[in-house]
Amino acid sequence: MSFSATKFAQPLPLNTTSPRSNDKPILLKTSSFLGSTHKLRSNPHPTKFNHSISCRRSGVVAVSDVVKQKKVQSSTNLLITKEEGLVLYEDMILGRSFEDMCAQMYYRGKMFGFVHLYNGQEAVSTGFIKLLKKEDSVVSTYRDHVHALSKGVPARAVMSELFGKTTGCCRGQGGSMHMFSKEHNILGGFAFIGEGIPVATGAAFTSKYRREVLKEADCDHVTLAFFGDGTCNNGQFFECLNMAALWKLPIIFVVENNLWAIGMSHLRATSDPEIWKKGPAFGMPGVHVDGMDVFKVREVAKEAIGRARRGEGPTLVECETYRFRGHSLADPDELRDPAEKAKYAARDPIVALKKYLVENKLASEQELKTIEKKIDEVVEEAVEFADVSPHPSRSQLLENVFADPKGFGIGPDGRYRCEDPKFTEGTAHV
Amino acid sequence: MWGVIRQKMSTGSSSLLNIGQPLQRIRPAASAFRNYSSAAKEMTVREALNSALDEEMSADPTVFLMGEEVGEYQGAYKISKGLLEKYGPERVLDTPITEAGFTGIGVGAAYHGLRPVVEFMTFNFSMQAIDHIINSAAKSNYMSAGQLSVPIVFRGPNGAAAGVGAQHSQCYASWYASCPGLKVLTPYSSEDARGLLKSAIRDPDPVVFLENELLYGESFPISAEVLDSSFCIPIGKAKIEKEGKDVTITAFSKMVGYALKAAEILSKEGISAEVINLRSIRPLDRATINASVRKTNRLVTVEEGFPQHGVGAEICTSVIEDSFGYLDAPVERIAGADVPMPYAANLERLAVPQVEDIVRAAKRACYRAEPGAATA
Repeated sequence: MSFSATKFAQPLPLNTTSPRSNDKPILLKTSSFLGSTHKLRSNPHPTKFNHSISCRRSGVVAVSDVVKQKKVQSSTNLLITKEEGLVLYEDMILGRSFEDMCAQMYYRGKMFGFVHLYNGQEAVSTGFIKLLKKEDSVVSTYRDHVHALSKGVPARAVMSELFGKTTGCCRGQGGSMHMFSKEHNILGGFAFIGEGIPVATGAAFTSKYRREVLKEADCDHVTLAFFGDGTCNNGQFFECLNMAALWKLPIIFVVENNLWAIGMSHLRATSDPEIWKKGPAFGMPGVHVDGMDVFKVREVAKEAIGRARRGEGPTLVECETYRFRGHSLADPDELRDPAEKAKYAARDPIVALKKYLVENKLASEQELKTIEKKIDEVVEEAVEFADVSPHPSRSQLLENVFADPKGFGIGPDGRYRCEDPKFTEGTAHV
Repeated sequence: MWGVIRQKMSTGSSSLLNIGQPLQRIRPAASAFRNYSSAAKEMTVREALNSALDEEMSADPTVFLMGEEVGEYQGAYKISKGLLEKYGPERVLDTPITEAGFTGIGVGAAYHGLRPVVEFMTFNFSMQAIDHIINSAAKSNYMSAGQLSVPIVFRGPNGAAAGVGAQHSQCYASWYASCPGLKVLTPYSSEDARGLLKSAIRDPDPVVFLENELLYGESFPISAEVLDSSFCIPIGKAKIEKEGKDVTITAFSKMVGYALKAAEILSKEGISAEVINLRSIRPLDRATINASVRKTNRLVTVEEGFPQHGVGAEICTSVIEDSFGYLDAPVERIAGADVPMPYAANLERLAVPQVEDIVRAAKRACYRAEPGAATA
């Protein structure tokens, strides 16, 4: 499959000054693709750029027209096979239905605390995670339900976790923002933005360490770090871009740029809003991709993951995407322009994929409806399972603080507290 | 496989403290101490830490060291001398000045089963990384319900050095010790340093290992069993450095030395003080402290850090909860002055507890204070 689908038309002169007026600067949407002849890797100032037409960011994203043009043009060579298409569709439908069900359950009081939904961004999760192996790791932020689902954590385990039941993936001890799964290599779920990035860099470091020091020659596990546009102003992000490039770690930094950090517009918070540019400043390729189009995301992901697996180092991928709901279920979402929301809703990734599959005869409407029905049942079953699951017992309060609880302290009788038979009944005095 | 040696609660090993005496022989750090003899050997705390790191790294290939200047500079305080040469740059990593970043990298590596030892040049710099120490290291085992444990060690010098000013002199024992999910250790002698560091590295949980810069050069006598490569000191048990019957003095890190000197002075005045080297601040060995207080009925807690919400406050409350009826006098709490550390040498001396302060407090606890004496 050629990369021609994402190269844009005619080169335009680089406009480096962005006149600002009322928070709506003119922005250039550029995408320097890895597989192209652009030597972005070691050269922080590439000599050749392909530019799209400059456009205003706040309204219609003019680039998307170009993108759609290109998509139509390339549909003569199909971008995926039927099986792949159905896998992608099912995954995105699962993400969307699950999150919609979360909203319902929250308003019914079954779920509580902070819940952040992923509606609208499914193309990024599906596009990237469906290319991973089981041993590859994913690190995310508090908007992590769909990352966990895409990676393979069963919907019932995630739903139970959200209900705070003991059958959840973290036995109810983590919650919405802290999805961990050792089996599926989901390393969290972090509430602090930017906190997951160094942890992901460490997981990538382990992969390299295993290969070079522990001599596990075939260890080529990669790590994906997902985070948002607000995080890209945080110090830890830059520290890790530096170290990942310095030590050539197999990590892909995936920016889910949905333009809003709660109520703070990305354009109001960032001196240079083009996040992909921060990659080359640290010596790694920076790529911008349309995050509402699962094919484009998948293409970029393939290249980036391939690079990492081959040991060529990290990549920064900025996915332009949008969240259809508020920041969290407690967010009234008053600051976003309804026109902006409508424009992005028209680019719903699931609708676009469905259209593609049907138009190119890869699947019939009936087959897709069957998938939707199946997912509905999966999600309903997950809710039922979570409903009937027990709450954690009292003794679970004191468990899992330490892996080796001998460090939990010495009781008044001089023995380790964890050896006290009452310890797990929760009655041991802490 | 843990060669845990139960610590003898004896007076023998503690009475000789060659504080300030230079080390007789300089040993190259990379060599293991192979000549065991029955005569007491001496080892500096620096050598103890170096040898412990060396042995743990050679025994387990998943252990690696990272921090600023740990490699080519041989360690900011030369603790990691010789390790880069021996283990190579993949296992002894010189990091950029990015505490938050490299601490997080350590946590991520620990999630996947490696055993990082993260060195902070001083624990003051750990504040830049405290989000990772607390939120991703300490809490992960709990948040993931036991799926991801974090076998990481954070080590470095803690507390006041000499004339380094307010931003380089804070003691972090009480900050870290208030957080569940962390184990906090404070070695004093070389034996403590070696045994506790080995235990910390082998422990599957995050350990904050607070050393002291002024102790690095001090040498202590050690026995042959300390030199064994599987010598570990259990986490959570305090050591009674000197037995006594009139007043209990608890201390950790450098203050243990001061407490022992104070105990000598007190013994000349007829007060027999029992000195407890806490070794482990979290978990605190409440059993040993309480047993001692039940014996002596008086308590003086000594620490270098700020008084409010400090280690002494916790010990005092623990004793009141468990042994209130045994107390014959209010608990005396000696801590650093409640000010950021001044620079001037005389002011700095006033801001850190001195031996006389401990002596005065012990006398007050024994109702033998001179009337009109200024309070410590």
